[in-house]
Amino acid sequence: MSDIKKFMYINRRAPYGTVYAWESLEVVLIGAAFDQLVSLAFIDDGIYQIMKGQDTSQLGIKNFSPTYGALGDYGITNIYVEKESLEERGLTLDDLIPLKYEDENDNYAEKDSIKVVTASELAKILEEQEVLLDF
Amino acid sequence: MKLAIQINEGPYTHEASVSALNYVKAAVAAGHEIFRVFFYHDGVNNGTRFTTPPQDDVNIANSWSQLAKDHKIDLVVCVAAAQRRGIVDEGEQKRNGKDGNNIADGFRISGLGQLIEAAIQSDRLITFGD
Repeated sequence: MSDIKKFMYINRRAPYGTVYAWESLEVVLIGAAFDQLVSLAFIDDGIYQIMKGQDTSQLGIKNFSPTYGALGDYGITNIYVEKESLEERGLTLDDLIPLKYEDENDNYAEKDSIKVVTASELAKILEEQEVLLDF
Repeated sequence: MKLAIQINEGPYTHEASVSALNYVKAAVAAGHEIFRVFFYHDGVNNGTRFTTPPQDDVNIANSWSQLAKDHKIDLVVCVAAAQRRGIVDEGEQKRNGKDGNNIADGFRISGLGQLIEAAIQSDRLITFGD
């Protein structure tokens, strides 16, 4: 068995209200040390996890959204956002945190990590994965 | 087949832990290997020996402990999730200056890397939760 697997983290819940989104991000960050092929998908209310301009000051809960900006530095560069989930919420790519990475194979050019894909495209991507972590 | 199990919910509000218990028993009976059971989110609450449900109710933590003993199954509670929720072993008790510990027999507290390792080493990762 290969020791490098395709890991996909599926984030489908709103960032606050439950702890799943934050504890998912903790797994992603720890898991990055294992040098696997990692992708993240944001679907349903999970989209709200990577929305710009989050302010939790009135909630008394830590705003952990800046941490998503570090994903590129952790080598996590495949981030899929489901088109239908965006549209159902009246959102566009511009409403999301512009997650980027530096491509070491292209003179460290800054590139976008987020790819907007349809549900059927995402289904195909999920088919290719070996480990699904669903939060 | 070599299986890794992830449990994301606590013992009573949600059926996940009991379903996972039944699944693990069936998998072992069918000759599969359980590489590890990893408890995350509120799932860490399955790992306290301080639960005392009524006598006609199942004691889920005890059931896991018994299963671990019978089949040498590795039960791992996520340390970060456990610290938030007050699941403590002797090491954590000393490290964090607590006045006691509550980890159930057969459980150990370790890091999230144990979940990733289990997913890498196993043929399947099976998740129980919402």
